[in-house]
Amino acid sequence: MQNVLVLGGGVGGTLVANLISRKIKKQIEAGDARVTVVDEKGEHVYQPGFMYIAMGNQDPKSLRKPERRLLDDRVELVIGEVTGIDEETRTVSLAGDRTLEYDYLILATGSRILPEAIEHFEDEAHHFYSEEAALKLRHALDAFAGGRVVVGIAGMPYKCPPAPLEVALLIEAELRERGLRDKSEIHFCSPIARAFTIESVSEMVTPELEKKGIELHTFFNVEAIDPERKAVMSLEGEELEYDLLVLVPPHKGAQVLLDSGLGPAPGGWLPTDPKTLNVGERPNVWALGDATNLPLSKAGSTAHFEAPVVAERVAAMVQQRKPHAKESIYTGKVMCFFEVGDGKGTLLRFDYENPPNPPKPSRLWHVGKIFFNKTYYRIVPKGRGGTIEKRI
Amino acid sequence: MTTLELETTPTTTIDARGSFCPGPLMELIRAIREGQVGDVLAVISSDNGSKTDIPAWVAKAGHKLIGVFPHEGYDEIVVEKLK
Repeated sequence: MQNVLVLGGGVGGTLVANLISRKIKKQIEAGDARVTVVDEKGEHVYQPGFMYIAMGNQDPKSLRKPERRLLDDRVELVIGEVTGIDEETRTVSLAGDRTLEYDYLILATGSRILPEAIEHFEDEAHHFYSEEAALKLRHALDAFAGGRVVVGIAGMPYKCPPAPLEVALLIEAELRERGLRDKSEIHFCSPIARAFTIESVSEMVTPELEKKGIELHTFFNVEAIDPERKAVMSLEGEELEYDLLVLVPPHKGAQVLLDSGLGPAPGGWLPTDPKTLNVGERPNVWALGDATNLPLSKAGSTAHFEAPVVAERVAAMVQQRKPHAKESIYTGKVMCFFEVGDGKGTLLRFDYENPPNPPKPSRLWHVGKIFFNKTYYRIVPKGRGGTIEKRI
Repeated sequence: MTTLELETTPTTTIDARGSFCPGPLMELIRAIREGQVGDVLAVISSDNGSKTDIPAWVAKAGHKLIGVFPHEGYDEIVVEKLK
């Protein structure tokens, strides 16, 4: 029996398990192979929807589905917290003294937020990286009657890189609609030399910020929050007072990766081969999605395009064949929508060799994002995403 | 200049080769946060943007740029932490 073990039931883990189970259907049905997903809660959450809880009245319940319903019947699901990975014995330990063996290990453990890493963050700053926080931000926006809004990033890398810019633009549009724009200032703080890491996207979004009167502060790395003076300070010595503070919290990889030594400190991001997605020099361990150290967006889209590569490589090893050349090399492909407010959006599509060339913001791409959000559960985790990509 | 000609040996060397923008800058920021005043930090970067982004950040953050030293396939950017 060959054991394929997938840690994490997010976009990457669910999709890769489904794709592998289809490829090695015969081996599973003959009892020669097994595909198991381990997920802490057994619940799949569509995390990009959190932003729309805060900005667009998204119903939180519609973002969650039981993981079992998304998995192929041939995939086994174990619900439990992973507490250890032992490479020597090829075992994964779970809370409650359970142990699972593996021959092939896929780490789709995602990233986690650490608002507590910055003093006063939890009391003073809002964010939209959990259902609870997004609802709290929605309530704060409902109660907002004008003032200084500061949107910033309190640590890199973080999930969904366009999201803080989208939120700044969407807040601006909302305040304008509510007649509060004249009573408000909006500041966007970027930790780097421009609004966004990718230059072409910065070139697209910076004029949008200017047009909408959103003041851009570059090289603003959040250092401290002063709750008494309602001010956020940067490492570079800048200080901004706020009435409403929205910050992307610091992110890290899964604690178990740091503890096991697979993900080096301080971030715990897995050293991942950019093409094969193997972790380090390990031929039987792969990573995908947020868990990797690859210089790509930490986004479901990245995991979506990585999953077929890992699936082909794992299936080839189980079936003792060479992987298909085209299907087994990841090109760095990522594709995501970018909201700019006023019912408009654009599309970022890029890979390792080709930076994005975002089209002029239009209603089409905003509608595309809403359509994608609504159809995600029917298409992506089950591996039907190719049709969407071809249409775009 | 092909070799680093420094009177002071760097306190810390950050090898960020293979990391893309903003990785090398973020590595430097982390080392500055963890370091002591007077520390000399050398960032080795193969990303072309580093040789402009890092000096710009150093100027804004109030540290001292000792120099940008080009090598074959990478640059070495040396910074002194002043505060």
